[in-house]
Amino acid sequence: MSSLYWTVADGWTMTRRDLAHWARRPAPVVVGLLFPILLVLMFGYLLGGAIAVPGGGDYREFLLPGMFVMTMGFGVESTLLAVTTDASRGVTDRFRSMPMAPSAVVVGRCGADLLNSVLVLAVMVGCGLAVGWRPHGGVGATLGAFGLLLLLRFAFLWLGIYLGLVVADPGAVTLVQTVIWPVTFLSNVFVSPDSMPGWLGAIATWNPLSATAAATRELFGNPGAAAGWIGVAAVWPLLLVAVFGPLSVRAFRRLSR
Amino acid sequence: MSVLVDGLRKRFRDKVALDGFDLRVRPGTVCGLLGPNGAGKTTAVRVLSTLVRADAGRAEVAGFDVGRQPAQVRRRIGLVGQHAAVDEVLSGRQNLELFGRLYHLTGSRARARASELLDRFGLADTGNRAVRHYSGGMRRRLDLAAGMILAPPVLFLDEPTTGLDPRARNEVWDAVRSLVADGTTVLLTTQYLDEADQLADQIAVIDAGRAIAGGSPAELKSRIGGDRLEVVVHDAADLPVAAELLRTIAGAEPERDVDRRRVGAPVRDRVAALTEVVRALDAGGVPVEDIALRRPTLDEVFLTLTDGKVSA
Repeated sequence: MSSLYWTVADGWTMTRRDLAHWARRPAPVVVGLLFPILLVLMFGYLLGGAIAVPGGGDYREFLLPGMFVMTMGFGVESTLLAVTTDASRGVTDRFRSMPMAPSAVVVGRCGADLLNSVLVLAVMVGCGLAVGWRPHGGVGATLGAFGLLLLLRFAFLWLGIYLGLVVADPGAVTLVQTVIWPVTFLSNVFVSPDSMPGWLGAIATWNPLSATAAATRELFGNPGAAAGWIGVAAVWPLLLVAVFGPLSVRAFRRLSR
Repeated sequence: MSVLVDGLRKRFRDKVALDGFDLRVRPGTVCGLLGPNGAGKTTAVRVLSTLVRADAGRAEVAGFDVGRQPAQVRRRIGLVGQHAAVDEVLSGRQNLELFGRLYHLTGSRARARASELLDRFGLADTGNRAVRHYSGGMRRRLDLAAGMILAPPVLFLDEPTTGLDPRARNEVWDAVRSLVADGTTVLLTTQYLDEADQLADQIAVIDAGRAIAGGSPAELKSRIGGDRLEVVVHDAADLPVAAELLRTIAGAEPERDVDRRRVGAPVRDRVAALTEVVRALDAGGVPVEDIALRRPTLDEVFLTLTDGKVSA
C-alpha cells in the first residue's frame, strides 16, 4: 500500500495512543482544561476592574480572545513534554526501529494535540459565554477566528516538536513553563500594549500571540478592536512552521547521526 | 549469516565508537557481545537496528543491508534497548496492541497477538494494569514481548537485565531461552559475564570499538590456561609444604593466599593432577580443608582479554 496511506493510518494509531492516555490518566487533561478557567476568573474578576480597555467595552470581552490565544501558547508545553518523554524512555527509538511510517510519529502528535486544543477551546468558549463574552461577528468571522487560533497552535506544535527533539530532557518543560509566562504577558493578551512603555509596547505588539489576539478580537467584533491584523495573524504562524518544520525534520534525521 | 558485520566504523563528535568492528552470528544462535562500558556495544546494536548510520563498513541483518535497506531490516528485527521502551501510562495489553497496529497487523490480529504474548511472557494476569505499576522484571518482559510481535528472525537485546534483581533477571533469561528454542537468533550485549555464560553459544569480546576475541564460552575460558587446582590447608603453617607439592605436580609456581590458607596452580590433566595431589598431601600428613578443580570464570577471561595480555 502507498506510503501516504500508512502515514495517515499509523498517524491515527499514534493519535489514538494519546486519546487512550486521556482515558487512563485524565488528571493532566482536566488540569489543562481547568487552569485557563481559573485564569479567566482571576483576571476577569480580581484584576479586570482596574484595567482600562482601549476603545471601551467590558474587560472580559477583551480578555477572552486573549485567553484563547494563551491556551494555544500553553500547548507548546504539552507537545514538548510528550516528545521528550518518548525520547528519554527509548520509545522514540523503538518506533524508529519498527517498519512503520517514520512521519507517523509527528502526524500522530499533530492529531492528538490539535484535538486537545479543540477540546480546550470548546471549554474556554463555554467559560467565556458564562462570564459574558459574546462573538459579535458573523458565523464565518467567528469560525475564521477559531481557525486562526488552531493555526497558531499548529505553529507552536512544530516549535514544541523541535525543542523536544533538541533538548530531549523532560526537565526542559519546566524551563518552557517559566519562559511562557513573560512571553504571554509581553503581548496584548491581558492589556493593550499602548499602556506599556513605548519600546516594550512595540515588542508586545509584534509578538505572534498579539497578532492572533488582535485578529480574533477583530473577527469577534470587539468594540474598539483595531483592524488589519488578520493577515499578520495568518502569516506569523506560517512563518513559524516554515522555520521549525524543516528544523524538526532535520533534528529527527540527526537522531541517526 | 543472520548478522554479518565487516569493518564497521562509527565516529561521534569527540570519540571513535566503532573502529573496524567485525561480527558473525549464525542463524538460531545466541551471540553475547561482551565489553566494558564505552567499548561500542550499544553503538553496534544501534547501527544493526537501523537507528544510527555507520560511517564505513558493511552490516547485514537477515540478509539485508542496514544502511541501504532499512525498511526490510526493520520488518525482520526486534529491538529491546537499555530502557524498557514501553508506554508507562497505557496497560501492558494496550502497549502490545499499539505496537501491533504500528507493525501493520489488523485490529483483531493485534489484539490476538497481544493476548498470546501476554500469556507467553507471564503477564496475562496483569495485562490490564498500567505499566507504571509494573515491577522492573515485568517491564522488561513486556519490552521483550513488544520486540516479538512479528516473531522476527533476529532479536537485539541491549543489556536486557541491567538494573534488575536476580529474580527478575532469571525471568528475563527464561523468556530469552524460550525465544531461542523457537529458532530466534539473538544478539545480546551485556556487562554481566554470567549472563553471556548462561545464554550465549558464541561470545564476541569488544574493546575500544573492535572485536578482540571470539568463540564459545568454553573456548574462551580454555584460552587463558584451562583449569586450576586449589588446595585450602587446615593450618597456615602447612602452606609452604602444600605449595611445594603443588609446584612439583603442576609444574608451575603456585599462587599463595596466606589469609585464606590457599594455594592454587593451573593444571593440564585435571583428574590425574587431582589424584596425585590428594595422595601426596595424605602421604605428607598435611590436614586439608578443601581441594577443588576450578574452571576460570568468564570474569577472569574478560579481564585478561581487555587488559591486552592475550591478543586475538
